[in-house]
Amino acid sequence: MLRFLIYRLALLVPTFIGVSIIAFSFIRLLPGDPILLLAGERGMSEERYQQLRALYGFDQPLYVQYFNYVGDLLQGDLGNSIVTKRPVLDEFFTLFPATIELSLCAIIVAILVGVPAGVIAAVRRGSWFDQSIMGAALVGYSMPIFWWGLLLIILFSGILGWTPVSGRISLIYFFPPVTGLMLIDSLLSGQAGAFKSAVSHLILPTVVLATIPLAVIARQTRSAMLEVLGEDYVRTARSKGLPPRRVIGLHALRNALIPVITTIGLQVGVLLAGAILTETIFSWPGIGKWMVDSVSKRDYEVVQGGLLLIAAVIMIVNLIVDVLYGLVNPKIRH
Amino acid sequence: MKRYSFAAALLAATMLGGVANAKTLVYCSEGSPEGFDPALYTAGTTFDASSKTIYNRLVQFEPGTTNTVPGLAESWEVSDDGLEVTFKLRPGVKFHTTDYFTPSRDFNADDVIFTFERQRVADHPFHAYVEGASWEYFNGMSMPDLIKSVEKVDDMTVKFVLNRPEAPFIANMAMDFASVFSKEYADKLSEGGNVSDLNQKPIGTGPFKFVAYQPDAVIRYAAHADYWAGKQPIDDLVFAIATDASVRQQKLIAGECHVTPYPNPADIESLKANDQLNVMEQQGLNVGYLAYNTKVAPFDNAKVRKALNMAINKEAILDAVFQGAGQAAKNPIPPTMWSYNDAIEDDPYDPDAAKAMLAEAGVSDLSMKVWAMPVQRPYNPNARRMAELIQEDFGNIGVEVEIVSYEWGEYLERSKAEDRDGAVLLGWTGDNGDPDNFLAVLLGCDAVGGANRAQWCNDEFNGLIQKAKTLSTQEERAAIYEEAQVVFKREAPWATIAHSVVFMPMRKEVQGYKMDPLGGHAFEGVDLAE
Repeated sequence: MLRFLIYRLALLVPTFIGVSIIAFSFIRLLPGDPILLLAGERGMSEERYQQLRALYGFDQPLYVQYFNYVGDLLQGDLGNSIVTKRPVLDEFFTLFPATIELSLCAIIVAILVGVPAGVIAAVRRGSWFDQSIMGAALVGYSMPIFWWGLLLIILFSGILGWTPVSGRISLIYFFPPVTGLMLIDSLLSGQAGAFKSAVSHLILPTVVLATIPLAVIARQTRSAMLEVLGEDYVRTARSKGLPPRRVIGLHALRNALIPVITTIGLQVGVLLAGAILTETIFSWPGIGKWMVDSVSKRDYEVVQGGLLLIAAVIMIVNLIVDVLYGLVNPKIRH
Repeated sequence: MKRYSFAAALLAATMLGGVANAKTLVYCSEGSPEGFDPALYTAGTTFDASSKTIYNRLVQFEPGTTNTVPGLAESWEVSDDGLEVTFKLRPGVKFHTTDYFTPSRDFNADDVIFTFERQRVADHPFHAYVEGASWEYFNGMSMPDLIKSVEKVDDMTVKFVLNRPEAPFIANMAMDFASVFSKEYADKLSEGGNVSDLNQKPIGTGPFKFVAYQPDAVIRYAAHADYWAGKQPIDDLVFAIATDASVRQQKLIAGECHVTPYPNPADIESLKANDQLNVMEQQGLNVGYLAYNTKVAPFDNAKVRKALNMAINKEAILDAVFQGAGQAAKNPIPPTMWSYNDAIEDDPYDPDAAKAMLAEAGVSDLSMKVWAMPVQRPYNPNARRMAELIQEDFGNIGVEVEIVSYEWGEYLERSKAEDRDGAVLLGWTGDNGDPDNFLAVLLGCDAVGGANRAQWCNDEFNGLIQKAKTLSTQEERAAIYEEAQVVFKREAPWATIAHSVVFMPMRKEVQGYKMDPLGGHAFEGVDLAE
């Protein structure tokens, strides 16, 4: 297991170098120039333009800029945003907890609903339940997130008035962030009603963000279960006279979970991509919205730093998934 | 931290406990501020959150107008040669007291000098106080060339010495970049080694003081109790950031905010029909235009330009692109601006006459490019659609049009080229309400190869606007600008297309809100009905 872990950790180094090159060149490949965007329609003189290029170091050859960037990176300096002038790392850590909170809630909902739905659909294959669940999953999977989010807002917030439209907590609550996770901070604040308000603000964005992973997990669980239910050991367990609940829960589900865990791990990337739209719709102050704004402003430092940090998060989550996978399925370790 | 928590708890307690006592106005803003030092930025969203709420300027725009009125300066005098402007400062003005700063003195000349010198003087300790600090508005308004020195005459008098007479200078002093900062606060930050707080924890003299900012989510302000113009009717002001227009509209309807800007044009009717809302509207101080390249044949011939102008069906554009939220433009400056020449008649929409005029000019089988901006702007909500309509209009008189577009930064840069191929769709929103800010900036000879996208240098026109800069009374200047607009119309370097109408929906309980013709959003003097 230790060798496996070391091998996986060693693999992170070349991956990280690759990501740093991609992150650095991606934003520069896009047409557009952050300095020209700073000035807008007003424009600036050629002289002023050259001054600013020198100020930001854009007048140097690309490879020099890259090595400077990596040099700073190794010292833990991701640079300052061209737009807000604040350190990229500070901005990331201010906004990241909001994304974690939303993504965690979404993946928990997706697992808690998706896995049982997939299991039941597999056990009752062909029933009305199976067909309607799989039909719903297909719809969920192909749902345009932006449209879906607005639809839910108009229905539940606009017409029914059950949930707030957007934001993380009602504006009447105001306390300094401690963990950055609103559910926890609202409890710590000790203000009556704050936690309830935070939960009510989480419901719609969680549903929207969970929709696609939920659909994928449900479908994956169903097909994995179907495969396992046809295996000899399941038949043997059944013929031994074990109660169906035990057969499904212990023998079948445990083996069916292996591909499902991989799928869940892969959903992390999907979640972060979905967070971009979900955060925009629900005015959720996370890193998805931050990245979108920065790309449109060609804020080189934020885009490359943000991509790198997001890639790091995904790599770490994948590593954890691989380790879990190794625990569930000993064959992989070798 | 402890103090912060205490203040936070106190504020929360007042907001929770006494909704009846504390009046809180919530504004759903369209984006996050880039920072709180307005001179570092050029975006209106940033100005709304900083200069309009936290700061004052020597001269201010009277709310709802572009007239300049005394702000932190009680009065000013311009010397006979126009080279010296002396401001007499307002006594007894208090800076904000917050949990991170307590001022020991009132506003004085040192603060004014600090405000301008940090932008002007390259080796000023605060010139580069954050990495990548650049003073784009100050530079863009040519202030470094214009200001020779800023001098303290006495504690309450400041003199600006200029390199040349410049009538719009007073209006420039009312712009966001001229927001007055506290030198005492800057000195304190310097000592503490946390100078970048000047851009994160602002201190000003304005109607509201800064309380807290949660990035991309909420900005909180409280009324400045010792405000020189009197405490505000509301106690707390909150900016709730929501970037999507449909979401902002839902929040307004649900009562999660009182005021919100930039509604979707398609939603205006339903907002107006809602009996809990008011929808204010105002003509924007802007113009959208199509600039020909007057240096390239056959567009160097005014007759050709005039003929093309007559082929454009502006009413169709107003319907399709502005969805009614616009007004056809006949002059390069908007009708709400002083010196607007209303006697000028617009070129009639007449494709047959346009065709005949082109033939008269000896032009046949003309094909040209029309550039369409890739972004939405108040003066042009959908440039692509506008370009398609113009393509159709020009097609009707036998002119073939190819539509081109580039990424926004590229677009702005490439369209400046003097040998540019094609006519460019672009526009302008006024900075300071002065006609010079449109006519000289966009059509002056100095701006050829820059903001003058028509590359148009007409001696008669240019002579007039140069002369107007040196005159000091508005009447004298207005007469000259009116004349300049006649020359513009005759020479037709642009097809002037539209001035947009700006809408501002708000809940009925909001009282005393005045729309800013310059496009800002300010809450000074706004109240909430019980």
